[in-house]
Amino acid sequence: MGATLQRRGSGGISIYIARHLQTLFYALGQLSLKPFSTLMMVAVIGIALAMPAGLHVLLKNVQQVLAGWDGAAQLSLFLQHDVKESQALALAQKLRTRDGIASVDYISRDQAMAEFKRLSGFGEALKALEDNPLPPVLVVHPTLALQGPELLKQLREELAAEQAVEIAQLDMQWIKRLYALMDIGKRGVWILAAMFALGVLLVVGNTIRLAIQNKRDEIVIIKLIGGTDTFIRRPFLYSGFWYGLLGGMIALLMIESALLFLSGEVNNLAILYSSEFRLATVDLATAGALLLGGLLLGLGGSWLAVGRHLRSIEPT
Amino acid sequence: MIRFTNVSKRYPGGYEALSDVNFHLNQGEMAFLTGHSGAGKSTLLKLIALIERPSGGQVVVGGQNIAKLGRRKIPYHRRNIGVIFQDHRLLFDRTVFDNVALPLIIAGYSRDEIGRRVRAALDKVGLLRKEKVYPITLSGGEQQRVGIARAVINKPPLLLADEPTGNLDPELSREIMGIFEEFNRVGVTVLVASHDLALIDQIPARRLILRGGRLIQGGGV
Repeated sequence: MGATLQRRGSGGISIYIARHLQTLFYALGQLSLKPFSTLMMVAVIGIALAMPAGLHVLLKNVQQVLAGWDGAAQLSLFLQHDVKESQALALAQKLRTRDGIASVDYISRDQAMAEFKRLSGFGEALKALEDNPLPPVLVVHPTLALQGPELLKQLREELAAEQAVEIAQLDMQWIKRLYALMDIGKRGVWILAAMFALGVLLVVGNTIRLAIQNKRDEIVIIKLIGGTDTFIRRPFLYSGFWYGLLGGMIALLMIESALLFLSGEVNNLAILYSSEFRLATVDLATAGALLLGGLLLGLGGSWLAVGRHLRSIEPT
Repeated sequence: MIRFTNVSKRYPGGYEALSDVNFHLNQGEMAFLTGHSGAGKSTLLKLIALIERPSGGQVVVGGQNIAKLGRRKIPYHRRNIGVIFQDHRLLFDRTVFDNVALPLIIAGYSRDEIGRRVRAALDKVGLLRKEKVYPITLSGGEQQRVGIARAVINKPPLLLADEPTGNLDPELSREIMGIFEEFNRVGVTVLVASHDLALIDQIPARRLILRGGRLIQGGGV
């Protein structure tokens, strides 16, 4: 008795692991005793996790579409005002033979005027002009091999040096804007993820708090017969673990079903654009992050609850 | 085994449950703690199991001044004390076997060892055939015996019982006391709080008598 602190019956590492596994599955068993409330709880977590993760997957898909459009970068060569049509066509022909250029389209001054009238809505006003102020334009499509922004810039400079060219303009502005929008979207995913993560943490925390209160008598008895805080804490932590993991699985399931639901329509659209694009499913890294994230949030939420409430329950 | 020196316990609100209590219980001794309800019997037992802390004086259990035990060490202190409660304090969602096994699970015994010890303890209290049933189906006396089996499963050197026969008829009470005497015979120190004087009179053991929080008899050795 003198050695009050002597630990008896500690049976080594294998028993320790067996005990943890036992508690792990005991916690799962406890959850399965109340299937309905467990399912509700897990669904709430799943939805909360699916929101940001789903948006993330969506953004990834948009990014993939944009990657395909990167190749659609084009150069507009605004020719000198006095360049004749025959000269312009000759230049176009010359450029077509160049390395790095897939095709060249010629837009005459009249065509440019017609298009401008149609698109600008200044139709009537433009009639007042005596002379067509628009220059002839060559639209240059670089080959796919020539994709990097540096190479495109180099090509632009070379073309700008041509005698007949007044301005050579690289039309990537809209792609840059789209990318800027995407960056905002990615930030949005993080904000959303942070908010929903906090939500999951609180929901799990509250559920575990209720579980602790329901087991008040049991906790008191275990404390009376020498159960340590660690021992009492363990099943609650594992409950949180399961909530989080199952929630992550539900989230994964929701996103995959949503993608499946969308894929037919997206494929139709892609065919209309004669694109090879197919809706990407959740990749392994995202799936892993989703499950791990759910698990950690569940564990964290129950840790918060356990830390706050277990200590206040003492035998009297 | 247990030594109280000038121990007092004042609860928040000013109620003084124990004042200036001195006694010494030897290792292997059996004693009864008696007195009217409210005399401080339960409080005295709670001080030993560190369910309460004394307001003054010194409590030494097993050679250790337990006032110095930190929060984290309390569970290990309690594992050396088997406590039996009047209301049994069983877990009703677990079988008799699981209830009795609980202290061993807490202490991290192997599955085989747990099975062996639980059956031995249930055999000792005469409930071997009830290991698979739930406590709710048992009579009061049987529930109390489950509580006793759980208290002794860890082979603690000290056994405390708070009104263990409070709700039992005389015959069952005598039986329960018999179990305590048996443990005492194999060297366990036993301290039983009871106001059932008729029962206590049948057993030759020292008596500590509390009245209004003061020990009026049995303090010396």
